[in-house]
Amino acid sequence: MAEHTSKLRIPLITKFRGYKGISDDILNSVEGKPNIGWYLAFMVAASALVVGFAAVTYQILNGIGTWGLNKTVGWAWDITNFVFWVGIGHAGTLISAILLLFRQKWRTSINRSAEAMTVFAVMCAGIFPIIHMGRPWLAHWMFPFPNMRGDLWVNFRSPLLWDVFAIGTYFIVSAVFWYVGMIPDLASLRDRAKKGIRKKFFEILSWGWNGSHRTWHRYEVLCLILAGLATPLVVSVHTIVSFDFATSVIPGWHTTIFPPYFVCGAVFSGFAMVLTLLIITRKVMNFENYITIAHIEAMCKVLIVTGMIVSLAYGTEFFIAWYSGNPYEQYAFINRATGPFAWAYWTMVTCNVISPHFFWFKKIRTNVVAVFILSIVVNIGMWFERFVIIVTSLHRDYLPSSWAMYSPTKIEIMTFIGSFGLFFTLFLLFIRFFPAINVAEVKSVLKYARKSHE
Amino acid sequence: MSNKNFLLGIFEDEEHLVNASKELKDKKIPIFDVYTPFPLHGLDDLLDIKRSRLPYITFIGGIIGLSVGLWFQIWTSKVSWPLNVGGKPFNSFTAFIPVAFEITVLFGALITVAAFFFRTRLFPGKAGDIPDIKITEDAFVLAVELKSSAIDPDLVSSIFSTHKAKEIKTKRGMK
Repeated sequence: MAEHTSKLRIPLITKFRGYKGISDDILNSVEGKPNIGWYLAFMVAASALVVGFAAVTYQILNGIGTWGLNKTVGWAWDITNFVFWVGIGHAGTLISAILLLFRQKWRTSINRSAEAMTVFAVMCAGIFPIIHMGRPWLAHWMFPFPNMRGDLWVNFRSPLLWDVFAIGTYFIVSAVFWYVGMIPDLASLRDRAKKGIRKKFFEILSWGWNGSHRTWHRYEVLCLILAGLATPLVVSVHTIVSFDFATSVIPGWHTTIFPPYFVCGAVFSGFAMVLTLLIITRKVMNFENYITIAHIEAMCKVLIVTGMIVSLAYGTEFFIAWYSGNPYEQYAFINRATGPFAWAYWTMVTCNVISPHFFWFKKIRTNVVAVFILSIVVNIGMWFERFVIIVTSLHRDYLPSSWAMYSPTKIEIMTFIGSFGLFFTLFLLFIRFFPAINVAEVKSVLKYARKSHE
Repeated sequence: MSNKNFLLGIFEDEEHLVNASKELKDKKIPIFDVYTPFPLHGLDDLLDIKRSRLPYITFIGGIIGLSVGLWFQIWTSKVSWPLNVGGKPFNSFTAFIPVAFEITVLFGALITVAAFFFRTRLFPGKAGDIPDIKITEDAFVLAVELKSSAIDPDLVSSIFSTHKAKEIKTKRGMK
């Protein structure tokens, strides 16, 4: 029974252990004790989180004068990190929403962890602008609420306020989508648990799910609707993030290519991060039969496509700078490639334009170590992309007397490390306490490319 | 709690359940519901399930979000406290579109999710009213309601067993 019979397609789940086998493989990681690899990873992540916590406390007590910003370069490390983390989040929505609309069955093994990654990445992104406010305890002033100042409202014309609504909506909708997707699996955990706290805990979380077909029918419609809403949402979020720059009058920022360029860059960096995370997860949690080499290959192919779109955007920016005939615009780009931050620019080009082309080779796509290294290279490249856009455009002001350089302080670096600590701590807690793979959806693709009749 | 009686056929393979459902449909025996660990396709007609109306709710939710988003921005900027920002018009309509879009998506999504949980009667902490403990793992359950004498339990049982039901049992008071 259930042998691999299709000549054209390979099964998505490489080992056939039946429906109960899937539940056992995935849910045992929640029910049992984690292995040594998990503890080691958690220790590293939690240490980084502690570093970040110390740095954030220090800079909130002392103000953002602890950063390396100056009168000319008013945005640098923090906004780079903000855009970097928001971008990371976008692959999660792409996998859970867009691939669902495109009926890509391979997404079933990875959508849950990718969605979790989205939620955690958006949390990491939020840290930076909130600290940058200088008085983070007044962060609620970003929202329009009736107040004691005679109904003074927020300025809805500002792209920075659009960000508040875009990121806020994105976070809420992603978290709801993620939770709704988890309910059937939480019910499974409830039914597998013996009496006691665990059963009660999952009973509360699973909302009385009983697997009724009438509920499933509506549930699938709901997931499609949420996917349909999340797809334009994710495009709008990074479009609005790019508006922070594109609606300004800074040479190098004021371009109409920014929205599509940022969205593709976000998907590119997000998929790189999904690869980094899942290569660790499949090893630590023994999910090799679920997150297979075929999944890794598919994601590598997405990296080739989005990497080439990003490369095209780099070229287009240069062409338009020349074609515009605007000397300030031209200088901004020549300065990027040859000025004092040229090293950052060429790091970006090497990582984002050249490295994805290694994925043309099947030998590299199927080599987990190579893919892991290249995924980190792309992460680095995409971080530098945001750094280059932000810092090189600012550091040469209109007035040469205002020209300045920027370098991060220890506090800024520690905060960045801390954001990684937060991200990985949350992710590791997630794969420990919640089903990291969508059990119900994986069951529905178990027989894919397999003959099921005896 | 209802006092309805149900005859449950528990299957190990979803295809057997689908076949049994087809036969029940042929014999004009109404199926109460099917309980499965993952969504089965091709059962909607057999269970006489109509197309879900959730998309309409989403549309209404989106329209409400769009209206609220636009109205609130125009009201705060033009009526409540008109503030001159760089000489821009008080009603800077085009600048209000991004936020209005986000509120549209937010309302559309949240209202749809709320409608889903309301319609399926799921809420936090509700005890799972499951026909069989294995239902969320690897059991596929077909439930037929034994309404008065119109349905012959023996006939239903025989249909279940010809389609390789692992277990056949009666259950009372399932919602």
